[in-house]
Amino acid sequence: MPVNITQLSYGQRARITGLGGDDPEARVALLRLGLIPTTEVCVHRSAPLGDPLQVEVAGAHLALRRAAAELVEVEPLEGA
Amino acid sequence: MSAAGDAEVRVEDERPRQVALVGNPNVGKSCLFNQLTGSRQTVANYPGVTIDARRGEAGDGSVILDLPGTYGLRPSALDDAVTAEVLLGERGEQPDVVVVVLDATNLRRSLYICSEVADLGRPMVVALNMVDEARRGGLTLPDLGEALGVPLVETVAVRGEGVEQLLAAIDRAAVAEPTWELPEPPAPGQTRWERVRELEEAGALTAEVESAARYAWVAGLLSAGPARASRERTEAIDRVLLHPIAGPLLFLLLMALVFQSIFSWAEPLMKLIEEVLFKGLQSWANAALPGWIGATATSLVSDGIIAGVGGVVVFLPQIVILFLLIGVLEDSGYMSRAAFLVDRPLRHAGLSGRSFIPLLSSFACAIPGVLATRTIPDWRERWLTVLIAPLMTCSARIPVYVLLIGTFVPNTRVGGVFGLQGLVLFGLYLAGLGLGITVGLIAGALKRRRRGKLLPLVVELPPYRRPSLGATWLKLRLRAGDFLKRAGTVIFAVSVVLWFLLAFPQRASLPGETEKQAAAAQHAESYAGRLGHAIEPAIRPLGYDWKIGIGLLGSFAAREVFVSTMSIVYAQGEQDEESEALREALKRERRPDGQPVYSLATVGSLLVFFVIALQCGATVAVVKRETASWRFALAQLLAFLALAWVAAFATYNGLEALGFGG
Repeated sequence: MPVNITQLSYGQRARITGLGGDDPEARVALLRLGLIPTTEVCVHRSAPLGDPLQVEVAGAHLALRRAAAELVEVEPLEGA
Repeated sequence: MSAAGDAEVRVEDERPRQVALVGNPNVGKSCLFNQLTGSRQTVANYPGVTIDARRGEAGDGSVILDLPGTYGLRPSALDDAVTAEVLLGERGEQPDVVVVVLDATNLRRSLYICSEVADLGRPMVVALNMVDEARRGGLTLPDLGEALGVPLVETVAVRGEGVEQLLAAIDRAAVAEPTWELPEPPAPGQTRWERVRELEEAGALTAEVESAARYAWVAGLLSAGPARASRERTEAIDRVLLHPIAGPLLFLLLMALVFQSIFSWAEPLMKLIEEVLFKGLQSWANAALPGWIGATATSLVSDGIIAGVGGVVVFLPQIVILFLLIGVLEDSGYMSRAAFLVDRPLRHAGLSGRSFIPLLSSFACAIPGVLATRTIPDWRERWLTVLIAPLMTCSARIPVYVLLIGTFVPNTRVGGVFGLQGLVLFGLYLAGLGLGITVGLIAGALKRRRRGKLLPLVVELPPYRRPSLGATWLKLRLRAGDFLKRAGTVIFAVSVVLWFLLAFPQRASLPGETEKQAAAAQHAESYAGRLGHAIEPAIRPLGYDWKIGIGLLGSFAAREVFVSTMSIVYAQGEQDEESEALREALKRERRPDGQPVYSLATVGSLLVFFVIALQCGATVAVVKRETASWRFALAQLLAFLALAWVAAFATYNGLEALGFGG
């Protein structure tokens, strides 16, 4: 079963394996942000109420809502 | 070759060269734009003019377009289409030169759009911004000029470094080398960009492959060394400012401090302006002018123009301090943290991070706020944002709030730290925000929520930066200039009209009347007085008299006109040595029964009215244009007016029942 970045623990590094979902505009947007398969990502924290998430990718930190983050499928690089 | 072709066209019709600035959000594009154009910008954020792109003129006569920050030129759930449309020539003429602005501290992301622009086949220049910070962080800066075959200029926009060189480089703009290999080369006369779209439509190329190829080019350029700064310091600050408990508390504390400082710092400056503008200038006019231009014209200058314009200009210190603090928070990187913190609470109201920016802009002015809703893809969320944007406390309300709070709320301290006046102002901001959220909740409950777009919020969390004095000053000057321009035009015009309405029809003095009685009677019988009396039955239940009624009528031109109107209403009849600042006049104003007109109940009721009512003709016009619906615009105007009346009525009667009526 594929893992998405919302299931990672904070600070854990992972490699993107693919983008899910059936909304092409959302996929283009995620790609544009550098969320491209084989790239490394890391979730640093969530906002006080659990959403959005602070995601590090391609050298920048982004605030991304959980619903969008769930589309980003990954394989964890260390630990579990 | 196409650069040469453009050069010929320019000579033929001698139109100025069009230069477009593109780049990601937050790369310093607007700062560079301010440096290039100085004050030679079109004020483009008012009715009838589009704010799609800011336009300005550079020192060499080139027209500079500041396009909205974007992550790329393809339509996506993330980007506004405007930038792409302008660059592709789908909105009027295609720009002659494209300047791609890059953030040297974050090249990985900012080079992506560089690769896209290269495919357009337009003459291009690269501005590598924030090079000082990148060098301090020990980053590798690849030779992009070499790689792309276009002029490269290093800039530090906040200090104006490299701006001259950038203008010079625009003359040498060139079409960039390809950055990635297309599966099939473009046909003759076709740009690479057009070819990519064609291949994609034919299914021969996917967005994944295209993005990966562009990012591979970027990675190749950056392979020589570290391309981004260490975030240790930023991370340490974020651990506190984004802490689950400390974060929201610090956010509220910071906002409270902002409002607090507007009062304590501005007071001495306001006193100075009051002395010079009101007493100094007015008594000079009253003494010197009658001999030249006669008593009536002197009254127009003194009681109309000086009182009206001066009454608003006196709030300049407050507005400057507010804009200064907002500017510092923006430049330091805190504002995007604020968006991160409030996204979840806003969602309860059916809003999102996409609405956060328009709502935040509305705290300066609802007009740019309403225009900024264009980036909201979901129409229902967009209309909801447009609906509640005018409830956010815009800067035009500040003069009214400051006048009433500064005059009638005691200047005492609460808990030893916060002044009561600052807290009341903060409370009014919260009231507008809270009401907006309530309206959102109600609207959300009326319609079952659909599943929204997937990417309503993407905010970059940049490293914290020390705000630059120069850039903040430049931004401040432009914003304060806007305010003064309004004082010089709208408020000037309304002041003159109002003076006529108050001065005519002229009434002959009765024998035995004192000058003051005559002036008061003149007011009551003037056109304005008749108007005020005409609406008095409607506003008496709120605790207002006909003089306040005149002010309210004026405030529908623009809210701050209320202050200038009150200055004029109270200036007449208080001539010469008795001339006094508006704040004193309000305190002394008495009802026929000797009670003060401005009891706490009346002041509270007025404040509530201003929190809610949509008293701004310009906003109504912009809402009509943006929603293409007079029905929506008028319904919004009337609904908020009705709500304001009811709430002010409840406030007045509630406070009176509590004993604050006298």
